Amino acid sequence: MVNTAVSLCGIALDNPVIPASGTFGYGAEFAELYDINCLGTFSFKGTTAAPRFGNPTPRIAECPGGMLNAVGLQNPGVDAVIAEELPRLEKVFRKPVMANVSGFSVAEYAEVCGKLDACPQVGWIEVNVSCPNVHGGGMSFGTDPAAAAAVTRAARAATRKPLVLKLSPNVTDITAIARACEDAGADALCLINTLLGMRIDCKTRRPVLANTTGGLSGSAIFPLALRMVWQAYEAVSIPIVGAGGVSCAEDVIEMMLAGATAVEVGAANLVDPYACRDIVAALPGAMAQYGVASLSELTGGAHR
Amino acid sequence: MQQTVLETISNRRIARNTYELVLAGDTAAVARPGQFVNLKLEGFSLRRPLSVCDCDPGLLTLVYKTVGRGTAALAALPAGARIDTLTGLGNGFSTERSGEAPLLVGGGAGVAPLYWLARRLREEGRDVQAVLGFNTAEEIFYEDRFRSLGVETAVATADGSRGVRGFVTDALPPDGAYSYVYSCGPGPMMRAVCGRIAADGEFSFEERMGCGFGACMGCSCETKRGARRICRDGPVFKKEEILW
Repeated sequence: MVNTAVSLCGIALDNPVIPASGTFGYGAEFAELYDINCLGTFSFKGTTAAPRFGNPTPRIAECPGGMLNAVGLQNPGVDAVIAEELPRLEKVFRKPVMANVSGFSVAEYAEVCGKLDACPQVGWIEVNVSCPNVHGGGMSFGTDPAAAAAVTRAARAATRKPLVLKLSPNVTDITAIARACEDAGADALCLINTLLGMRIDCKTRRPVLANTTGGLSGSAIFPLALRMVWQAYEAVSIPIVGAGGVSCAEDVIEMMLAGATAVEVGAANLVDPYACRDIVAALPGAMAQYGVASLSELTGGAHR
Repeated sequence: MQQTVLETISNRRIARNTYELVLAGDTAAVARPGQFVNLKLEGFSLRRPLSVCDCDPGLLTLVYKTVGRGTAALAALPAGARIDTLTGLGNGFSTERSGEAPLLVGGGAGVAPLYWLARRLREEGRDVQAVLGFNTAEEIFYEDRFRSLGVETAVATADGSRGVRGFVTDALPPDGAYSYVYSCGPGPMMRAVCGRIAADGEFSFEERMGCGFGACMGCSCETKRGARRICRDGPVFKKEEILW
């Protein structure tokens, strides 16, 4: 028997597979398709203080090996999430959920974290300082070490739950941001969010996305994500959640060898709604193939 | 929603840049006209959402236009090709609201989902009229098939090469000649139709989609009842909830 269990910030996960924020809603759509308790956990849709519609459409464009999105943090607002989404989730998911939080000011991050701190269903708070699709918030906090540290400190003061800082790859040195968040009190890091990209329609000669630019995700970004997880692992001592282009059990193992304690799966859920269930099911076979008895022993294994 | 593998029975050109794809397999999740399916094509990252043109148990017909590389690749699929498909997506039209004499208004590829709707309404004993709009005579498809259902069918072409010269709005029957309107086509066409009709109705929208089943919020629109996902809460919206 192989052991797929890992621990993230002191909370046990049956396996390291975590659907990434923005690809799994608040769980309801997927719970209709399969028992989502097979997951390690999932990170719910990026939540802000007030309800947001997000950007105009088109918000989606296709690329070889991936996709661009410019949704722009559409969500019903933290109060509706607590009043409606979490009670609905409680009926289908019995594990601690990861709450993804975004904001347009340091105070907003703190406000949303504070409200979610009171929710027993929330295991971790994932602070998104890396959304590339909003203006005056999101990624602007995650591309400057001082700003990322300020958000981390404010969130830290607002909650006692484990804080996972989700970082942007759109920086010159991921290790500087990673260290700043660690120093400011982050319990873990998640990397990477999407890469800023764009497409142009040759017929109309206009950008495909109404927002002009969007975030690139999908298997195309996996090697880049892996490299950044590798770099961050050497720079910090807090755990890392690896994310970016993961689409199969072997990718999970590779991410963990690079330094990840757990692994998020994003775009793959949108093309194959059963992707995460199937990755979880495939893990024991992949572990046997590579002689892995316990997944938790893999983290950082490639650095030796 | 159901994930299933369908087998290509035929895939033939029926009008300029327009193809009819017949697939065989498990169609149990396809419940209503106006729903769509999402096809996974080899070599493409995202699935291709296509509305259901007709459905019988075990058999699914899709009519699509070749507009880009994805639909061009789809048009090249031979009989026997197997396609990973998500079926039974979206809400579909509600035939129970049709009244005795519903009117169907379609434009271009938007004509496709109205065919199964027409068939269903005829099976329910309704007196159905249709106005079908195309750019030009070479792009007309399914005109005879609507007529074969016993649907009183008018055609409009933008260049006047067939039927009424102009848009579908130039070929609408007078107010009072129909009980309810079902429409699918380009946004500006549906907006014009909505502005011209006194009756209630339903309009089917399209948008670039990420997932097609409500997870990614890629295809949201604002309605009088708040934000809605075209793929999951739509693609069919009632006249009274649409913000044009």
